[in-house]
Amino acid sequence: MRAVTKRRTWLYFIPYGLWLALFVIAPVALIIYQSFFDLGHHFTLGNYSTYFQSATYLKMTLNSVWYAFLITLFTGLISYPTAYFLHQLKHRQFWLLLVILPTWINILLKAYAFIGIFSQAGLANQFLTFIGIGPQQILFTNASFIFVATYIQIPFMILPIYNSIDDLNPAFVNASRDLGASNWQTFRRVIFPLTLPGVKAGVQAVFIPSLSLFMLTRLIGGNKVITLGTAIEEHFLTTMNWGMGSTIGVILIVAMIIVMTLTGDKKPKGGAPR
Amino acid sequence: MKRLLSLIIGLLAVCGLLAYTSQSLEKSSGSTGSKVLNLYNWGDYIDPNLLTKFQKETGYHVNVETFDSNEAMYTKINQGGTHYDLAVPSEYMVSKMKRAHLLQPLDKSRLTGWGNFDQQFLNQPFDRGNRYSMPYFWGTLGIVYNDKMVKASEVQHWDDLWSPKFRDKIMLIDSARDIMGMSLVTLHKSMNTTDPQTLLAAEKRLNTLAPNVKAVVADEIKMYMIQDEAPLAVDWSGEAAEMLAGNSHLHYVVPREGSNLWFDNLVIPKTAQHYNAIYAFLNFMSEPKNAAQNAEYIGYATPNKKAKALLPKSVRDDQEFYPDQKTIDHLQVYRDLAPNIVELYNDRYLEFKMHH
Repeated sequence: MRAVTKRRTWLYFIPYGLWLALFVIAPVALIIYQSFFDLGHHFTLGNYSTYFQSATYLKMTLNSVWYAFLITLFTGLISYPTAYFLHQLKHRQFWLLLVILPTWINILLKAYAFIGIFSQAGLANQFLTFIGIGPQQILFTNASFIFVATYIQIPFMILPIYNSIDDLNPAFVNASRDLGASNWQTFRRVIFPLTLPGVKAGVQAVFIPSLSLFMLTRLIGGNKVITLGTAIEEHFLTTMNWGMGSTIGVILIVAMIIVMTLTGDKKPKGGAPR
Repeated sequence: MKRLLSLIIGLLAVCGLLAYTSQSLEKSSGSTGSKVLNLYNWGDYIDPNLLTKFQKETGYHVNVETFDSNEAMYTKINQGGTHYDLAVPSEYMVSKMKRAHLLQPLDKSRLTGWGNFDQQFLNQPFDRGNRYSMPYFWGTLGIVYNDKMVKASEVQHWDDLWSPKFRDKIMLIDSARDIMGMSLVTLHKSMNTTDPQTLLAAEKRLNTLAPNVKAVVADEIKMYMIQDEAPLAVDWSGEAAEMLAGNSHLHYVVPREGSNLWFDNLVIPKTAQHYNAIYAFLNFMSEPKNAAQNAEYIGYATPNKKAKALLPKSVRDDQEFYPDQKTIDHLQVYRDLAPNIVELYNDRYLEFKMHH
């Protein structure tokens, strides 16, 4: 009897195993494999040594991490209070829907919309002219790049935080108040630590994609912000040096693993679906 | 659960309906069967009326599939599984495909319109004797300026772009070969140089341009220039033609000291199957009347001499898109460089982009 159920569970695992092997393990393995070949298809470690010896790539990595950090930081600063207040509202499911709504729209369309808003004759500049400041250069600045990237990432941060606030047992908050804690103390000692898993999940969902943004760097940043994504795109599409492109891909995967470990959940608790 | 189920069934039904409709539409337009031609072209790069006319005259239906970069096209043809009869690579890509044995030679005895072409656009270094390629359009790299903000006399040469009065005013097309090439021209070097030191000097020269560069963008340049977002741009003549059509204050200059001369060419990839259709199409497209109609629709310069003669005088004499002989003599065609040199161009260019 036991053996039968065991074999059954094993059978159930086959589709998942195949899925993992084909769509997760195989692509990653291919990227790692490719990263060891040069333009002439010879095995080499040269791509990695080029990467670590090139000031350009290192600076680009620094740039990527720095901008991803800023984007994550601003997203977090906006999302946590938003999620918190959203949770207190009456029709919260409706408001939550409004937060998620922009994710239904393609990222390119959103970027083009921002081009319209930020351009010389756009809404933002019309407003600045109206209040007497006069038109400013908004597009192609670091600030506009961070602004748009933050706007795009906000829903991915709000959702996990909202879920973890939702999971928070209000009895804890009441108990804290009853025991004489101030609002701030309640927040710092009870609410925030208990919703931290949501924040961590949000950081993972925002930081990692931000590392390799490349369409936005061109469309909104005017290529004044160069991230690793730009380099990967160029290596795969223009120079066709897939080896070097894969090497940078591997570096991003490693960065991802580092972020996952740093923000990882030790107790597999906390309702933070991604 | 019930709602979920009905949702899934609904979705499947819609998909099925769409699949059925698209299939029956395809059938009625006759894209299946042997009377077809599969053309792999850049987006919006042929007058659709010509395709209808071609079908009416010869009975061949043309299926058009589009690509957005030479490299993407190369990868797709190289990987196989496609059945393209004709493709439209740029000149350096013709030599690359030739070397990779992806092309089939043209059978000149089946081509009737060869004499219509201007000799100076044939027999180019990327395909000596035009064994594999028939020129489709040609063009240049130049400066687009807005006469509301910049005087014509201020931007006749590449060096003018370095002027301090154009601080934060120039948009560059995001293409390593072209921007490095422009820099090389100002240093009086070949746009095909393979010398690392020269390329380093070109990057240094570009770095001094950085304060004037507003953005390095791609297709969006057209939209920005039409909306007066920037007074100056460096872009290809084909893109410039579209900008000029959208904003009457824009003009295009090819600096006399030299620039790039590019060609897009019709070639037969190894994947071709319908040879009668291919030669019917090549002959159809080299007929002066059709080539002229296509050139008027696309706005690029045609290498077909007899077609050019059919164009309105205002187009024919347009110095912007049909520059004088002296300028043409200074234009340089890109050669297909070894991969490690291409890499060098791109690395230097990437460093320039990082610089500002």
